[in-house]
Amino acid sequence: MTKKSAAAIVAAGAALALGLSACGGGGADTKKTEGGSSGASAAKDVPNAALEAVFNPSDKKGGTLKMAVSEDWDSVDPGDTYYAMSWNLLRIYGRPLVTFKPDAGAKGRELVPDLAESLGTPSDGGKTWTYKLRAGVKFEDGTPITSKDVKYAVLRSMDKDTLVNGPTYFNDWLDLPKDFKSVYKTPDVNTDQAIETPDDQTIVFHLNRAYGGFDYFAALPGTVPVPKAKDTGVKYRDHVVASGPYMFEKVEAGKQYTLVRNPNWDPATDPIRKALPDRYEISLNVNADDLDNRILAGDLHIDLAGSGVQPAALSRVLSDPAIKARTDNPTQARTWYTSIIGDVPPLDNIECRKAVIYGADRVGLQNAYGGEFAGGDIASSLMPPSIGGWKKLDLYPTGTGDVEKAKAALAACGHPDGFETNMSYRADRPKEKATAESLQQALAKVGIKLTLKGYPTSDYYSLYAGKPEFVKKNKIGLATNGWGADWNDGFGFMSQITDSRTIRASGNYNLSVKSPEVDALIDKAYVETDVAKRDALWGEVDQKVMENAFVLPGVYSKAVLVRGAGMTNAAVSGAWDMYDYLNLGVS
Amino acid sequence: MVTYIIKRLIGALIMLAVVSMVTFAIFFVVPRAAGATADDFAARYVGKSATEETVGNLADRLGFNDPVIVQYGRWVKGIVAGAEYDTGAGVEQCPAPCFGYSFISHQPVWHDLLDRLPVTVSLASGAAVIWVLAGVATGVLSALRKGSVFDRAAMGVALAGVSLPVFFTGIVSLVVFSYGLGITAPGGSYTPITENPVDWAYNMILPWITLAFLYAASYARLTRAGMLETMGEDYIRTARAKGLPERTVIAKHGLRGALTPIVTIFGLDFGLLLGGAVLTESTFSLNGVGKYAITAILKNDLPQIMGVTMLTAFFVVVANLVVDLLYAVVDPRVRLT
Amino acid sequence: MTFLELKDLRIHFPSDDGLVRSVDGLSFRLERGKTLGIVGESGSGKSVTSLGILGLHKGGRAKISGEIWLDGEELVSASAEHVRTLRGKKMAMIFQDPLSAMHPFYTVGAQIVEAYRIHHDVSKKVARKHAIEMLDRVGIPQPDRRVDSYPHEFSGGMRQRAMIAMALSCDPELLIADEPTTALDVTVQAQILDLMRDLQRDFNAALIIITHDLGVVAELSDDILVMYAGKAIEYGTSEDIFERPEHPYTWGLLGSMPRLDRERTERLMPIKGSPPSLINVPPGCAFNPRCVYGDRTGGRSTTEVPELLESEGGHLVRCHLSRDERRTVWENEIKPNLEAS
Repeated sequence: MTKKSAAAIVAAGAALALGLSACGGGGADTKKTEGGSSGASAAKDVPNAALEAVFNPSDKKGGTLKMAVSEDWDSVDPGDTYYAMSWNLLRIYGRPLVTFKPDAGAKGRELVPDLAESLGTPSDGGKTWTYKLRAGVKFEDGTPITSKDVKYAVLRSMDKDTLVNGPTYFNDWLDLPKDFKSVYKTPDVNTDQAIETPDDQTIVFHLNRAYGGFDYFAALPGTVPVPKAKDTGVKYRDHVVASGPYMFEKVEAGKQYTLVRNPNWDPATDPIRKALPDRYEISLNVNADDLDNRILAGDLHIDLAGSGVQPAALSRVLSDPAIKARTDNPTQARTWYTSIIGDVPPLDNIECRKAVIYGADRVGLQNAYGGEFAGGDIASSLMPPSIGGWKKLDLYPTGTGDVEKAKAALAACGHPDGFETNMSYRADRPKEKATAESLQQALAKVGIKLTLKGYPTSDYYSLYAGKPEFVKKNKIGLATNGWGADWNDGFGFMSQITDSRTIRASGNYNLSVKSPEVDALIDKAYVETDVAKRDALWGEVDQKVMENAFVLPGVYSKAVLVRGAGMTNAAVSGAWDMYDYLNLGVS
Repeated sequence: MVTYIIKRLIGALIMLAVVSMVTFAIFFVVPRAAGATADDFAARYVGKSATEETVGNLADRLGFNDPVIVQYGRWVKGIVAGAEYDTGAGVEQCPAPCFGYSFISHQPVWHDLLDRLPVTVSLASGAAVIWVLAGVATGVLSALRKGSVFDRAAMGVALAGVSLPVFFTGIVSLVVFSYGLGITAPGGSYTPITENPVDWAYNMILPWITLAFLYAASYARLTRAGMLETMGEDYIRTARAKGLPERTVIAKHGLRGALTPIVTIFGLDFGLLLGGAVLTESTFSLNGVGKYAITAILKNDLPQIMGVTMLTAFFVVVANLVVDLLYAVVDPRVRLT
Repeated sequence: MTFLELKDLRIHFPSDDGLVRSVDGLSFRLERGKTLGIVGESGSGKSVTSLGILGLHKGGRAKISGEIWLDGEELVSASAEHVRTLRGKKMAMIFQDPLSAMHPFYTVGAQIVEAYRIHHDVSKKVARKHAIEMLDRVGIPQPDRRVDSYPHEFSGGMRQRAMIAMALSCDPELLIADEPTTALDVTVQAQILDLMRDLQRDFNAALIIITHDLGVVAELSDDILVMYAGKAIEYGTSEDIFERPEHPYTWGLLGSMPRLDRERTERLMPIKGSPPSLINVPPGCAFNPRCVYGDRTGGRSTTEVPELLESEGGHLVRCHLSRDERRTVWENEIKPNLEAS
């Protein structure tokens, strides 16, 4: 389904700590990992202790780390996955060229070289990026890893007919020859104009236009090397060949993965991984409520999804000081919002769209999403605060609804007595149902009558809200929506949901943002190589979206994460807004 | 008898064929009638940044552009002759009986079902033993002591058992017995009986009891009602008049009559359960057929949905047949024609 | 010593509506080899009496008082377990509807074998042989094959024969037949009655036949007891009851009796009204609301419960009318009518 957020926290830890407890936010009881503190120190549990520093740091090896997730996995094939938990976790068995530093908070947003010796070297004004691989890195079978394995991995990950799940950044940005279709269909086409491997240790990427942030691409799971001889297409997920410290012992699709140490991983080639547990046990499709209970009971270490405890466990977690001390409450690079769809009259009129935003009970929406801890802070724009370029917008009030302004807007729109429209939501998501109901009540006060229509999550974008023809035919004026960043910059968050030119016949996530003005800003942001200026442009995109009233923001998502008992090196990474899975250990 | 069984088996096959067509229609024809295009079907199986071209290619590859009857024919052919699926790098064999191949997990459905069946069978059979013993015993005692404190208490508990959902009783019992007292296994524990029968039973005991509670409750009520009715029958008076001890009267004459409807209901319940104890498996994170079904539906994995529906239908049809045969054994008045 | 004697037997059942006086002070005697017919409408207490003799009300909610003497043993005060050991062996019962009275899931043979083996420590094989003999004895053809049939595979008459075989399997000294022929058609009825008479003779058992139909007991019974609302209202020899009946209710029964020697088309003379509630028994004579002669008793009929008094030579009647009045009515009003019709 959708990828969990993968961006950093910009918001200060202190602000977050206010949410849970006065003594949170990087407590004095915690030590930093880089000091190399060894042995299991019994750190005192403090709320939000893992937000800004590594909590319970340890170098103790051994034990089994038990993880579980309540859903299925798209794929553990690095070339075929889009789940944030997957991008976070796969680094225990796969080494991308570059990755996020395993650390807490903003420090976790820093890119560090992994399979590569250093970050990328740009040339040709940012159109060419060169990486040198570390020497002595081997696959689990002892075969040395060469730049050709990385090239093959990147190219295969671009075959979206076969490996459907992953992102398409390389497809869009690499300078590929026209006759190249895929490594499987056109294996003989020379692709050196896109990726060159002058020797076994060097890989050179050629882009079709300059991009200053290419190191983010190099951190994508697609750069995890894949030996061509072992590639079985979509079935590669059944046996991914490890380049990291762990390899798959058993792969039981939809049930369980077990990983054990990879004997051919050499710590000397790897400055960032501690590789502490002897074994990982990962259970899939676990009952979500039971999963929470097992973590609280100490039977599990971590909920892989990183999206926080279920409503059933939330009150218990927040009311029991001993359990609350084991929680972290990060803001994620994810926004829950409602698309206001201009294709459906009278919402083609900006004033009518504004009336919806004015009339909405923003506090009610926050409660619908789960309140301030499990839901998040009331959002004032589409882009969440952890994305570079975010600035606080004050275009609309964020109280319980401004009837007068809403009525004024309605009058300006030519519908002083209000109008009728339909609102879609994902029927199997209670929070979205509550959102729609809150909106229905609030807007009724200003004369806007909503008819609520629930659709199944699995087809929400492919058949219903994401299909413009359906939306127009069924007069869906409002649609609940939500989005998390692929990584923490404007491009990673905004490009898929604000560029009107990406809208296709079905499967859209951008349901309502259609503005040439916005599109122009996005184009400017693409070619801008200066980070600060680029960020500012994305901030402007955010502002335009709000000025045009294309979306009604709900909350900047927050999650209540629980640290498993006996888990060491807990750190909520700013890159993932969940615990960094690279260096977790068992005390 | 043999003719009867053959007739019924043919009927069962026809039934299964009809079920498969109806299921196919629900998931393939109805959405089409509602306006879904081949690309819309394919859009379920692509990633979130798929282009229209990718969606179109996938629709072609998965055959969504073919007429529905051709798609159905392909599915049937797979069962008989097996099928092959493109993995990009090669071809994946799905040997007969190929009940489809998941485009999401990329596993043959039949293999998945066989893999998960032992869990469901373990769950269903263990629970069945418990609920039949507990339910019938409670029902008999309640009936014999109608109106007593025991009867009222037992029927109260039974009412709770019937009304309380498994996901509630399951979660609560896990919290109390597994995480609180630590005397039972945590959720998600399963050991095949072939590996270690003791662990198997230890891991299953809580799911068994939880599932059995639900059924035992209704069986207790059924048995009680049946016993009350039977114990008022003339033949019970006859049995007493012969000078039979009361225990024999109850066990041999009373229970025998009261159990007949229970045999029927048990057969159908058990057959349906073999098709997956959806709630119990979900609650206890057991990877059985029921959880497979839920996951398949949530992910809209059509081949998986088809496969699991067929398996459930198969068990229900077989259970019906077995019940009818058993009924003839239990009640000599029943003739199989 | 009398073989069977009931003294003032009362069987009352407490219910939510009040005490149900099913049997309310019943006394009679019966010797071996003799037959007593107990006649009455449904609800008169006759079946409750028979079950009471067998001890089947013990342990239930029934309140039982009085005495039942069977072959020198008092059964009301005896333990339930002791009475159980007598059931089937010393005393046995034939029930009304053999289809419902026999267990549908067990073969006829199995049910006879079961009855036999409770009281006889023999192998199944021996018991089975005995069951076949019994079936043969009651006139079931091919008994060695029919022994393995289920009750529903028998015809009604055959089933009743099997039922009799089961009751007689332990050679009981007291046999109670509760409406043994009611469920059967007329020709079969006669066969069964013949069979019972023959068997009683062979076994020299005391036989109680319970029926609502005087015709059934007409030829079989030595004595007849007419019950109404839990009480005996007339008790005498068969001759007393048929030739010199003295109670208006008995007259009614005689009038409503279908007889083989009468034409089917002839009009019966049923008793008007329905039997009284056993909870709120009418004051005075229980039969009073249905009795056409009540006004001849000077009001005693509605206020005073009549005694069961001897009329002549052991013939007991419970009626406020004087013996002369009763005889006059019988001779002048009832008998000619019965004969004329």
